[in-house]
Amino acid sequence: MEPPIDSPPYRRTFYKGGSGMWSWILHRGSGLAVLGFLFLHVLDTSLVMFGPNAYNTMAKFYESALFRPLEVLLMFLVIFHAFNGLRVIIVDLWTRGSRYQAQLSRLVWAITLVLFLPSAWIMLRPIFE
Amino acid sequence: MLPVSLKVQRRIPGEKPYWAAYAVEVEENGRVLDALHQVKWHQDGTLSFRRSCAHGVCGSDAMMINGVNRLACAVLCRDLEQPITVEPLRGLNVEKDLIVDMEPFFEAYKAVKPWLVNDDPPPTRERLQTPEQRRRYDDTTKCILCAACTTSCPIFWGDDRYVGPAAIVNAHRFIYDSRDQGGEERLEILSSEDGAFRCRTTFNCSDACPRGIKVTEAIQEVKRSILRKKI
Repeated sequence: MEPPIDSPPYRRTFYKGGSGMWSWILHRGSGLAVLGFLFLHVLDTSLVMFGPNAYNTMAKFYESALFRPLEVLLMFLVIFHAFNGLRVIIVDLWTRGSRYQAQLSRLVWAITLVLFLPSAWIMLRPIFE
Repeated sequence: MLPVSLKVQRRIPGEKPYWAAYAVEVEENGRVLDALHQVKWHQDGTLSFRRSCAHGVCGSDAMMINGVNRLACAVLCRDLEQPITVEPLRGLNVEKDLIVDMEPFFEAYKAVKPWLVNDDPPPTRERLQTPEQRRRYDDTTKCILCAACTTSCPIFWGDDRYVGPAAIVNAHRFIYDSRDQGGEERLEILSSEDGAFRCRTTFNCSDACPRGIKVTEAIQEVKRSILRKKI
């Protein structure tokens, strides 16, 4: 009996699922992130109770170079979540949905990028001006 | 001969898991199972894995190969990137190395009553059905209960109360059989919170099935039958 030639350090591996698995993970992650933003949004809107100054300071902060990229990320997550949600509904209710799930996934990414890239450009432009 | 470098996850009860690397040679058309045999027979007899028929029919040697669930006897080494990583199935307790406890998997299988339910008096000859009636559930008759689908499912990794794709596939096989009368009862079982609606359509199961069963499609058909209360 020969001993193993070497024992590489133990690392956990990922299951290499396809577009369905990664869409599902991103769908859950984006859902939680958007929900988190909703709470933040309730907080910042309620600042109006402390007068216009408090509210405007917060609004200015959102437009800053620090926060804007996060808003762009939020934009991406909302668009992806919305269209991926429609894909899930189609796969659930359309009899042939399962057969075309890979194509539907690609379509979701295409729509997401087509809507996201111009929005990102519009949102980020003021920072560079 | 084809040189094969293997990286196998070794699991010994009560000890930390570790990766063991082996270098073996298999024939040009050698399968991962042949490489594992080379290790077990000539290098390290303590390596444990299941296999029975070794020809893709019995479903004993499902394992995670290069990050996806496959039958070790049905994948050629030459088609894989090396080193070939081999791990036990996920979501079931590991007994040793590549051997997992299949008991929860079979419990879920039995829960959907995977047998013919028909209380009519037995006919004097066969219960006939048309080719169309047979085609309805043809795909799901192919299951070999290897657990590759169920253990590829992220929902099942997180919560093993979910009956899992294999149980739903086997329920599908009888629900849509024109000779069977237990369809509604099975749909009732699968409409529970641990039933078909735990499926989040990640399609890992359809990719993992060594028999090419369209597993997710079958689950979706069951879900729609539950929703529409119609078989």
